[in-house]
Parts: sequence; structure tokens; C-alpha cells
Amino acid sequence: MKDKLLYAACLLAAWLVLANLSVILLVLPDEAEQGAIYRIIFFHVPAAWSAFLGFLVAALASVAYLVKRNLWFDALAVSVTEVGLAFAVVNLVTGMIWGRIIWGIWWTWDARLTSMLVCALLYAGYLMLRRAVEEPAQRAKFSAVFSIFAFIDVPIVWFSIQWWRTQHPQPVFRGGGSMDPAMYKMMFANWVPLLLLFVVLSVVRLRQERARGEIDALRREAHAL
Amino acid sequence: MSSANFTFLVYGLTVAWLILFVYVALLAGRDRRLRREIEQLKQMLQQYKRS
Repeated sequence: MKDKLLYAACLLAAWLVLANLSVILLVLPDEAEQGAIYRIIFFHVPAAWSAFLGFLVAALASVAYLVKRNLWFDALAVSVTEVGLAFAVVNLVTGMIWGRIIWGIWWTWDARLTSMLVCALLYAGYLMLRRAVEEPAQRAKFSAVFSIFAFIDVPIVWFSIQWWRTQHPQPVFRGGGSMDPAMYKMMFANWVPLLLLFVVLSVVRLRQERARGEIDALRREAHAL
Repeated sequence: MSSANFTFLVYGLTVAWLILFVYVALLAGRDRRLRREIEQLKQMLQQYKRS
């Protein structure tokens, strides 16, 4: 039943992406100053939102683990962090490709780009830390504390374009920028399939953590025999 | 500018999906490895209990 739900969610996400892509490429006009390349924003921004949502869930699950000491929360935290990191990499790489055309450079050390890179490196460090600690309860405790501290960078990334003068465009929503309503709607419309994909991948990853728990239990049983 | 603009849009969309597909492939590989390990451990335990 659960598998069928996951497959259905995948199919729905694929259909929505194709439908959105047809609108993005064939219906929406080029942006007046940027031309065709602006369309990358429909993947660049929702990828960042998905990653941040994952990091938020990871931080909340980490707090829940420290309070309840239930390893399920640790499994949830690592699952959404790993999937969130994949989306953060999508955000960084698509941003670099956009920057190459609009700014003429692949990268600049401005506050938004640098804080986002630091964010991705912090969560990559979180995943590496987990590999370094063998004992499950100790690993969960260290990881939870690390995840909560790493989350401090997320609001810094989010507000960096308001707090500092950056080369990155100003916020389109509730900021100095503006956007055509059709483009604005498409940004949210394209977030739906990406979010669906995010949830499916997180559930698959969570199952793998459960399988790891089963392996640990079987190994303990083997040692006891 | 215009043709490079479109070419880089194609690169961007391709790379975005490529990253996600690579991640899905890594997840699938890990899934197979974990299932195999569980099966092996279960078989090992059954053999040990029988003997």
C-alpha cells in the first residue's frame, strides 16, 4: 500500500513537472532584461525552499530526539538532511549557471552565495560526523546538537540579501524586487512537484535507516549467539 | 547573448535533474546493499541456530 502511494506520488510529480515545463518553456515570455535564462529561477528557488524546509524538519527532529531520546527522530533528521542537501546542491549549481550568463562569472563571494555554500558544507559535515561515530545513541546525540547549530545558518542565508548589500538579486517576495503574477504563480506551482519528490525521497531514506536498525539488531543477535 | 542564454538554460535544467537522478541512483544502490545484508545476516543466524 505504502509502495503504491510512493509510486503514485512519483508519477504525479513527474506529470506536474512536465506540465509546468511546457508552460515555463512555451507559454511564459522571456524576461525583459535577462532573456530566457531567468526560467532557471523556477527550479533554483523551489530547490532552496525544499532544502530549507528539510533543514528545519531536521532541527525540530533533533530537538525532539534530545528531549525524548527516541531514535526514530534521529532517523528522520538524517533522512531529511540528506535529501535537503541534494536540493541545496541543485540550488547552488543552478545559481552558478544563471550567474555565468547574467554576471559573466560562475561565482562571487557575496553574502548570499557564501552563506549558502557554508550551509551546504555544514550539512555535508553533519553526514560525515555520523559516519565517524559507531555507537547509535552517541551518534544520535552528537548529530542532534550539530544539526541544531547548523540550522543557525539557514536564517542567515534567508535574510543575507536584506542584511547586507549583495550581488544576488533582492527578494522578489516582500522585498525590493517585483515579478509578473504569472511567473510568481509558476514559482509556487513548480514547488509542488519538487516538494512531492522531496517527501518521497525522504520516506525512502527513512526506510533505509529502519533497515540499518534491523541490521544492527541482527548483528547484536549474532554476537550474542 | 540570446543563444548562449538559451544554451545555459538547457544546461541548468539538465544539471538540476541530473543531480537528483544521481542521488536517486545512490539511494537505490544503498537500498539493494541493505536488503542483501539483511538477507545474509538472517541466513547466517538460521544456519547457526540449526547447527
